[in-house]
Amino acid sequence: MRDVSIIGIGQIEVGEHWDVSLRDLGARALLAALADAGIDRPDALYVGNMLSGTLGSQEQLATLIADWSGLRGIEALKVEAACASGAAALRVGVMAVAGGTHDIVAVLGVEKMTDMDGEEATAALMTAADAEYEGIHGTSFISLNALLMRRYMEEMGVPQEAFAGFPINAHANAVNNPNAMFRQALSRDTYTRAPMIADPINLFDSAPICDGAAAVILCPADRAREFSSRPVRIAASAVATDSVALHDRRDPLFLSAVHASASKAYRQAGIGPEEIDLFELHDAFSIIAALSLEACGFAPRGQGTRLAADGEIGPRGRMPICTMGGLKARGHPVGATGIYQVVEATLQLRGLAGANQVPGARWAMTQNIGGVGGTAITHILEGQG
Amino acid sequence: MRLAPHWRVRAQRLQLRGEVCQCCGERLFPPRDVCPACHQPADKPFAFCGEGTVYSFSTVYEAPKGYERFGPYTIALVRLKEGPLVTAQLTDIDPADVRIGLPVEMVTRVLREEGEDGMVIYGYKFRPVLEREAAREEARA
Repeated sequence: MRDVSIIGIGQIEVGEHWDVSLRDLGARALLAALADAGIDRPDALYVGNMLSGTLGSQEQLATLIADWSGLRGIEALKVEAACASGAAALRVGVMAVAGGTHDIVAVLGVEKMTDMDGEEATAALMTAADAEYEGIHGTSFISLNALLMRRYMEEMGVPQEAFAGFPINAHANAVNNPNAMFRQALSRDTYTRAPMIADPINLFDSAPICDGAAAVILCPADRAREFSSRPVRIAASAVATDSVALHDRRDPLFLSAVHASASKAYRQAGIGPEEIDLFELHDAFSIIAALSLEACGFAPRGQGTRLAADGEIGPRGRMPICTMGGLKARGHPVGATGIYQVVEATLQLRGLAGANQVPGARWAMTQNIGGVGGTAITHILEGQG
Repeated sequence: MRLAPHWRVRAQRLQLRGEVCQCCGERLFPPRDVCPACHQPADKPFAFCGEGTVYSFSTVYEAPKGYERFGPYTIALVRLKEGPLVTAQLTDIDPADVRIGLPVEMVTRVLREEGEDGMVIYGYKFRPVLEREAAREEARA
């Protein structure tokens, strides 16, 4: 197995890109990453995407984007794992380079959610759940997360206001990220007065529907300096799974796939949670931020919201999370999100995160979750100076 | 129109039919070929009694397509007496009266309608165990 490094990154501002098609969004992020690495033609392209078939009636997406990027002819495949599709594509890219199949691999995450109305997008997101035993009952993806949050509040004795720290931190960080969707601060008062969208989940507990694309270029670590003066090594890449349906879990409040993928990643990197300098976690909903911190060893069970309440999760706190806005405020173009996380972590490790720079950051962890914890994909990145 | 997928699961939807693992005794709903607890083949049908308690719940105000006429409705995770959790709608109850731990029982209702010429799909929902609660209150009085 060869060590793998990131030698180029590219991203498009997250938002409602009514004037840009799915293929152009993807091609633009991909070309930006290739330019950053100084590469014309990678050996292969892996595309993370969840909804091109459902919302865009478009499959063979990787082939289409390869062609639209001037790469007709190369190996190009789409990888799908619901909201974790981006990190899943990265996982495939890492395996291809680590195993010696390819030397230069491009990984793109891209999603176009605003070509259909909100109702269609909401229904499409529900395909991440168990269609026969969850979806048929009129459950939305938000209500599945609401079931988790309600149970958590009851069992752990945590009030709804305790979750405010997560979106407040995300919005504060997004202010300084030119690629974020919501670049405005959120006050505690605004959070408290926000309307419920699926009780107890309010408007600010949920990530937005949006468009976006982000890309990274990989190569063997021992060649990284040919292409980049500040490469980033992928020290761990780990996937784990749980049941797709919430009701098939013994303890729904323990995200076992999140725990398993993080544990594998710590072992691969040879470090523990105490050495992680920043954590780009999957805050699609505030409850998932809390449960992820617990399952990854950053907080004891039932204490996930404490970190947020104590102000420990800001860029200069003890455990910075969502340093460029997270899913909540940078935005959550589902299949692209996992790559945005890695692009942002790379900026941190290159020392280029601007006002949100985590001082002296060496180790960054990114975690992308499919469904309500059915698939969890964790990467640990190390700056190479 | 989807026909076979709904017909195929009629025993689960209408009778809450699951399975019991002959190897470890785990009660499974829905049924599946491999027991998730002990990984042995699971193939013995098991009918759940339909009683349970609310494990968690959330009220849906903006119903997805096909469910508009039921809104607002409450989605719940119900802990069946025999062990498993199931996802289902609660019915015959004001959303404001739902609480965790509420005893509920299965009833058969319309799950969704697929337009004028489409299917009407029936299946399980859960309602409060009204009669028994009333009987218990009488006994106390």
